[in-house]
Amino acid sequence: MCLAIPGKVLEKFDRGGMRMARIQFGGIVREASLDYVQAEVGDYVLVHVGFALSTVDAEEAARAFQLLEEMDQLTELHAPVVDEASARKPQ
Amino acid sequence: MKYIDEYRNARLAQTIVQEIQRMQTRPWVIMEVCGGQTHSIVKHGIDRLLPDGIELVHGPGCPVCVTPLETIDKAHAIAARSEVIFCSFGDMLRVPGSRGDLFTLKSRGADVRVVYSPLDCLKIARANPEKKVVFFAVGFETTAPANAMLVHRAKLDGVNNVSILVSHSLVPPSMTYILQSPQNRVQGFLGPGHVCTIMGYREYEPISARYKVPIVITGFEPLDLLQGTLMTVRQLETGTAVTENQYSRVLGHDGNPAARRLLNSVFEVSDRKWRGVGWIPKSGYKLRWEYRCHDAEHLFEVKEIDTKEPAICISGQILKGIKKPHNCPAFGTLCTPLTPLGATMVSAEGACAAYYAYGRHLDKQKPELVNLVGGAA
Repeated sequence: MCLAIPGKVLEKFDRGGMRMARIQFGGIVREASLDYVQAEVGDYVLVHVGFALSTVDAEEAARAFQLLEEMDQLTELHAPVVDEASARKPQ
Repeated sequence: MKYIDEYRNARLAQTIVQEIQRMQTRPWVIMEVCGGQTHSIVKHGIDRLLPDGIELVHGPGCPVCVTPLETIDKAHAIAARSEVIFCSFGDMLRVPGSRGDLFTLKSRGADVRVVYSPLDCLKIARANPEKKVVFFAVGFETTAPANAMLVHRAKLDGVNNVSILVSHSLVPPSMTYILQSPQNRVQGFLGPGHVCTIMGYREYEPISARYKVPIVITGFEPLDLLQGTLMTVRQLETGTAVTENQYSRVLGHDGNPAARRLLNSVFEVSDRKWRGVGWIPKSGYKLRWEYRCHDAEHLFEVKEIDTKEPAICISGQILKGIKKPHNCPAFGTLCTPLTPLGATMVSAEGACAAYYAYGRHLDKQKPELVNLVGGAA
């Protein structure tokens, strides 16, 4: 669970003063905080449990993502999405 | 494209292995610290690709593995309370405590939820103001900034029904602990690449200097691991002992200062117990006093739980690089990923679980069997 997963910044937005982004990981899109990095739309970032930790180039991102997929290390991306409705009830 | 890459990688891998072989004049024991690296090494058979005499041993860098049984029991006790919504990364839910795992508790009606990010707990807490939301804050330095941000935002935004059960471990003190052991075999380290994206590698340099041990901060890809091993062997063969960075395409000397700043404002360093190993001084984080109203141990008074590990389990010696999974008589028989007896079998990134997942419990060749029969180490 300690390996960060590379993804592409699709869109940046603010949520209550937090710098957030929608990040594409292969076929999955999830939100992540950009509070710890400087990244623009189109950049690739290493993301761990919803936080971008550093930027990487496109080639590094593609290769690392493929390896993580082969190592079955992408399961954290499949955790349920929490929105206003789902937050109210047990999973 | 994939095939061309694989071909090129195979050639490159062979070149690195040949270079290690050319340089090597005697046996060396090298430890990779990070559980993700252990998983990659076993999956890709890196340890078997290396020349005879270069032995990779697998360190304590899997956060799920080293979370003490007592802490899992505390999580269980908190999650069982009717006013609590207990949130965790998925990996922790299957780890058996002495009263069962969190998944079983969930199936009995407890509100236990898997979250992607600690930040999800803020949404859950806001949507359920009558409940107490507790997050199981497990992890090494890579994960700690995320958990720190949860507590920081909860305090800032006045979300008072969020707390965290802290079980954070730090890599460098565990390496020092291993080097200080009278039974220590480790002569060089592959340092944890992703941990160092946050921390940089400044704090590894005094360890190299004090213990005369090469540390090479390394990525998790097969070529990274081979190159990290080559850099370590080169230092060992030339009598050098410094901290080097194999993973410079991803991290620099200072890591991520913004993440570290928040980390240090929320947490302070404390002594911590490691499953299978015991207490290591200054090897973990606890919440600072200002954040005690978000500290689940403080809020739920679960400090008194004490538990015992099975006597047969040798995970402590495996985590220190003294033994390998094969050396354990329970490995693959009494102890499997479905019925784990100790730290190194409870997560896919633990050495025993990785060996089991890639069929090494079925191996006919067991070079380490000599140790078991002969009773060495």
